[in-house]
Amino acid sequence: MRATIVTITSGKGGVGKTTVTANLSIALAMLGQRVIAIDTDIGLRNLDVVMGLENRIVYDLVDVVEGRCRLRQALIRDKRLSELFLLPAAQTRDKSAVNPEQMIRLCDQLRPEFDFVFIDSPAGIEQGYRNAVAPSDRVLIVTTPEVSAVRDADRIVGLVEAGEKGPPKLIINRLNPAMVRREEMLSTADVVEILAIDLIGVVPEDPAVIVSTNRGSPVALDGKSPSGQAFRNIAGRLMGKDIPIMPIKESANALERLSRFLRG
Amino acid sequence: MRFLDRLFGRNEPTSRQVAKDRLQLVLVHDRINISPAMLDTLKAEMIKVISKYVEIDPEGVEVTFSQSKRQSRLTADIPVVGPVKRPTRKSSGRAKAVRSQAEAGGDG
Repeated sequence: MRATIVTITSGKGGVGKTTVTANLSIALAMLGQRVIAIDTDIGLRNLDVVMGLENRIVYDLVDVVEGRCRLRQALIRDKRLSELFLLPAAQTRDKSAVNPEQMIRLCDQLRPEFDFVFIDSPAGIEQGYRNAVAPSDRVLIVTTPEVSAVRDADRIVGLVEAGEKGPPKLIINRLNPAMVRREEMLSTADVVEILAIDLIGVVPEDPAVIVSTNRGSPVALDGKSPSGQAFRNIAGRLMGKDIPIMPIKESANALERLSRFLRG
Repeated sequence: MRFLDRLFGRNEPTSRQVAKDRLQLVLVHDRINISPAMLDTLKAEMIKVISKYVEIDPEGVEVTFSQSKRQSRLTADIPVVGPVKRPTRKSSGRAKAVRSQAEAGGDG
């Protein structure tokens, strides 16, 4: 096997990098891929809780690069999907505990063992970001349809292109179709036009994401939720499947439909 | 709200359009990483250089940035009044005298 190394980054914090990483990792494992998700947010680790694996951490990324354990000992096998693994970040250190060369070496070790290596980047454009992007084959930039997130995403696009990583792809997270229809939110087309990079998926705003994160059971495992479907579609596209990007449907109740009728 | 807006003939731009316009403007400057003061200096030096070869109207010079895809384009629109060094021919009117490209790429 020769893994594809995919870095999930955004510039701005709080746009859903960790949620995207957890869900794409799970969705690809559901498609029969052997997947590892690496949390590089040293000092602020969260991928473990989002994936529901926080109670099983013994060793972490810094232990591996500093040689306190073997790589295999630090990998946590997912309890639901036997081909999914997590390498958690250290919680008591900072971003400078790891450097880009160490990340490249680590990923070279993982490459023959996996189909996909996902790297969850910390927010920002400093060392943590450089660690996360250094080993990557593909960069996915997560943004929400908000001015601050899109502006920061644009910075990252510039940095990724300057770093000769090839064109990054865009995930628009938390799109609210009703707000877009009311012209109260940037549309998918607006964000794509502004950033001028290829889109790989749009994830609708979905309360199920919060509920599933509460339980440590990522939404991609939920067969019915619209966001779970969006994540599974992105996973399919990462495997090279031709899945068209569907317009996101509004979930409307009777009252909303009436008010929409009145607004025209 | 839109129903009421239409009823009373209000026609403000939507917040989506405002967001898009503001973003596009701020990103032009983010990508080029040039301050308005630097842009003024650039303009002044350009006028000085071009004036060595042709007579131009410095008041009419317009320097603007525009975007298409991830490329930024610097356009200088310089009205040419007439030649300076070679008084053989007379030309007048506006000419797009200088077009140059600046590669956008964050801070790269």
